[in-house]
Amino acid sequence: MLTDLSLVEARDGLRRRAFSAAELTEAHLDAVAALNPRLNAFITVSADRARAQAVAADAKLAAGESGPLLGLPLAIKDLFCTEGVRTTAGSRILEPFVPPYESTVTANLLRDGAVFLGKANLDEFAMGSSNMTSAFGPVQNPWTRADGAALVPGGSSGGSCAAVAARMALGATATDTGGSIRQPASFCGIAGVKPTYGRCSRWGIVAFASSLDQAGPVARTVGDCAVMLGSMAGFDPRDSTSADRPVPDFAAACRRGVRGLRIGVPREYRSDAMPAEIEALWQQGLAWLRDGGAEIVDVSLPHTKYGLATYYIVAPAEASSNLARYDGVRFGRRVEGEDLTELYERTRAEGFGAEVRRRIMIGTYVLSAGYYDAYYLRAQKVRALILRDFTDAYAQVDALLTPTAPSAAFAQGDKMDDPVAMYLNDVFTVPASMAGVPGLSVPAGLDPQGLPLGLQVLGRPFDEETVFAVGAVLERAAGFRHLPAIRAGAPA
Amino acid sequence: MSLDPATVRRIARLARIHVDPAEAEQLAGEMNGILGWIEQLNEVDVDGIDPLTGAAQMAMRLRADTVTDGGIPELVLGNAPDRAGAFYAVPKVVE
Amino acid sequence: MSYVIKGQDGPWELVIGLEVHAQVISRSKLFSGSATEFGAEPNSQVSFVDAAFPGMLPVINQECVAQAVRTGLGLDAQINLVSRFDRKNYFYADLPAGYQISQYAHPVVGGGHVEIELSDGSTRRIGVTRLHLEQDAGKSLHDQHPTKSYIDLNRSGIALMEIVSEPDLRTPEEAGAYLRKLRTILRYLGTCDGNMEEGSMRADVNVSVRRHGEPFRTRCEVKNVNSVRFVMQAIEAEAARQVEVWESGGTVEQETRLFDPARGETRSMRSKEDAHDYRYFPDPDLLPLVLDEAWVAGLRAELPELPDAKRARFVAKHGLSAYDAAVLVADQETAAFYETVAAGRDAKLAANWMMGDFFAALNRTGRSIGDSPVSAAALGQLLDLLADRTINGRIAKEVFEAMVETGEAPASIVENRGLRQVTDTGAIDRAVDSVLAANPDKLAEYRGGKDKLFGFFVGQVMKAMAGKGNPALVNDALRQRLSA
Repeated sequence: MLTDLSLVEARDGLRRRAFSAAELTEAHLDAVAALNPRLNAFITVSADRARAQAVAADAKLAAGESGPLLGLPLAIKDLFCTEGVRTTAGSRILEPFVPPYESTVTANLLRDGAVFLGKANLDEFAMGSSNMTSAFGPVQNPWTRADGAALVPGGSSGGSCAAVAARMALGATATDTGGSIRQPASFCGIAGVKPTYGRCSRWGIVAFASSLDQAGPVARTVGDCAVMLGSMAGFDPRDSTSADRPVPDFAAACRRGVRGLRIGVPREYRSDAMPAEIEALWQQGLAWLRDGGAEIVDVSLPHTKYGLATYYIVAPAEASSNLARYDGVRFGRRVEGEDLTELYERTRAEGFGAEVRRRIMIGTYVLSAGYYDAYYLRAQKVRALILRDFTDAYAQVDALLTPTAPSAAFAQGDKMDDPVAMYLNDVFTVPASMAGVPGLSVPAGLDPQGLPLGLQVLGRPFDEETVFAVGAVLERAAGFRHLPAIRAGAPA
Repeated sequence: MSLDPATVRRIARLARIHVDPAEAEQLAGEMNGILGWIEQLNEVDVDGIDPLTGAAQMAMRLRADTVTDGGIPELVLGNAPDRAGAFYAVPKVVE
Repeated sequence: MSYVIKGQDGPWELVIGLEVHAQVISRSKLFSGSATEFGAEPNSQVSFVDAAFPGMLPVINQECVAQAVRTGLGLDAQINLVSRFDRKNYFYADLPAGYQISQYAHPVVGGGHVEIELSDGSTRRIGVTRLHLEQDAGKSLHDQHPTKSYIDLNRSGIALMEIVSEPDLRTPEEAGAYLRKLRTILRYLGTCDGNMEEGSMRADVNVSVRRHGEPFRTRCEVKNVNSVRFVMQAIEAEAARQVEVWESGGTVEQETRLFDPARGETRSMRSKEDAHDYRYFPDPDLLPLVLDEAWVAGLRAELPELPDAKRARFVAKHGLSAYDAAVLVADQETAAFYETVAAGRDAKLAANWMMGDFFAALNRTGRSIGDSPVSAAALGQLLDLLADRTINGRIAKEVFEAMVETGEAPASIVENRGLRQVTDTGAIDRAVDSVLAANPDKLAEYRGGKDKLFGFFVGQVMKAMAGKGNPALVNDALRQRLSA
């Protein structure tokens, strides 16, 4: 089936003219039509636009052109503004919003010939680890458990990861603020890459926490992610935090191997509470790298345990300010009021869901007079210590290996009554976000219930190439061939 | 530092989010749970540490002073829930 | 201090500080590429960044930074090579993002000062605490619809310099002098047009009163006052109000107030009160602003001569009075005009002409120096005709009026109207003879000791010569004949 191809395989097939972009797109649109009612991975499906893009891609292919993503159907997280296509950020408040502009990352993908199937579901404003906070309903993980409970795909890029895992798209854009690429990739048994902060432009991506937000790809292979990131990345003068650096050949880096690399094992990531299968998978991963010629080194990231608490000050603080623009005046949903203040208060009370409101409240509180020093300023200092941990570790090793998440996917509805328990999902991913260093999750095994588990590779700032090299070696060694029960072509 | 419902209402007012009294009670509980958990940062010795504002470790680029944008009133106003001609419209503000 | 408010129980003195918001002269906005022109169609100079659309990001304009640095250098202030932008969070209809990007904790310019001149000829140095860059807000129109306010974001995001003075000002006059001087400096530097009517310069006025020798009492901030006169009036009104509150046993509350020029009073602005917790924090969309020392030095090297230096030079080099020099340098164009007129000529005479007939003519015709009916070159030619005695002082005034009216060159006015001074002693002697012959009675009185009549004879001779007689020669001839 065309939907079973990896992105690289599909690209090669198109170039060989084994099938057309129109056929490839139609196969994926069929999968979306068949599966989306059940998985709810897409908020908006732009089928007509996708078909038109596919036709255009076929014309270019016929003319001998070959853009890196020419004719390849992708899902776009509904946090990326897409010109003329509704962009909701998973929120009621943006439910009617049609951007008159295209984000830099998606514009780069279009430049390289990609076909956009539609906008993928997500936690509201990317705030969540379960996709339960979307105003457009939860996404179901295509993987299932023996007890039949519907599972979460993780979050916030849960729609993107579910769509890719279920073969509704060859790859998808995602964003990561504290783990929103790596954790759902792990939950859905696919690969995902959060590049270095500044590698992909944030221009046109609905902001959650500006100092942390970073776009990246999710796809079924590490190599597919490399191809996608090569298109997504690049300097953008419209983003003051965008890095003016050349984009390396990430796909080539996937073929480097790990011989001679020093791989660090941060001892603070280990705890008695860690499930045995995750500990075992971690050891297995280290063994694979050792077999590949890497040297394994114990390292210390002493402030690891403070990452989450730091994150839950910094991210809500920035979000409380970033989300002030949703006020019902210039775009989005408005709830009328007697006066302007009432209009604001009603618009925002009804437009934002419970988790977003909670985080805005926390963020407002930690920045408010009398609390700034105790919370926000202290968190920024701890953040400096977390960065120093990584800097020190990277003086000894080339990359780090850890589990991606402390568990496999959990059931929809679990952890909903305890925000802190939900936040703990990001315990392994948040420190790298705070430090801005690149990270990758690669599917490496199954838990006893048959659910996928990922391993996380972290690298030095702007050294995604080493991250890809390590990820590719793990991928080859793991030989992860398991398939989710719910997928295109699977018996219903 | 424990939040009471009155503080929650003050914060909600600052954030321009309407909360009714029952909600304020519930939010106070949830926020106290989160803030209590965050208190663990008090264990960290941060003496002499410079705060880190963001992950980008560079100085700011400056752009040239040229007019490259604007002149798109229809696009800027096109998503407005209420507009009056070339203006956005809101309930009358009394200063 | 000479300025006090006489309360019922003794005198009060004023403590005044000004926060001036000066719109930066630049082609595009502080963080977006939209134009900054005044008076454009509503929302036509608005980008998605200015309207705070989702995912839009600020990118700073180098020229706005340069303008702030130039202004800092012009105020003899410290330039901070590392500064930062913060967000000031509050909700308002004309603040699209829900925050203003401003420099709260680390401004680009630190302490400096402004030298002010007062009407009694004294000068005072007023401290400038800081200058920082920030975004302007949009504009709300409240009078277009019975129940709605309309929002125009053209101004949203234009760069402002907020220039904060120390609480060094003690009188309304000093506040006015400070504002005018600051405006002059900004205009010299070309960093702000200082046009208060168009709102490109506005002042927030902090006022408190105290008994002499006391520490500061609570101050109130009168927001957004948009002319020098109103600033002075607002200070008087607010100070009088505070004295009344204190003397009636009350307490002045720290608050934001608004000046109502029609009523000549300030009133509380309660709508702003609950927005006081601005939750400043570093803007995570921006990085630290790091300036290169050599770049700052380059800006310093290109600074124009500033009014204080120019005034000192006019006094020292041209021998002008401090007052004349101050008037002439108050406006850069006027100063340049004067220098053109004075170049190679009697500089004091040039100043007298500028201060007298020239300004009077501008006033009368309602013209500015920029569209003066008499050019600096033409005024200089007139002075040349005086210097080489082609015309006398009285005729010069007549020629000048003709220049104002016709725009003609002074030499051709003199020629066409036959105004050349008469130096032919024969003609003068004849005129003297005929005047003496026509006034035998006056001549007798003069000879009888009434010396004052000498002036009468001079006037009659000049009149007989249609004003063109050389005054010195006329005097000589008369004295000779009368003493004969």
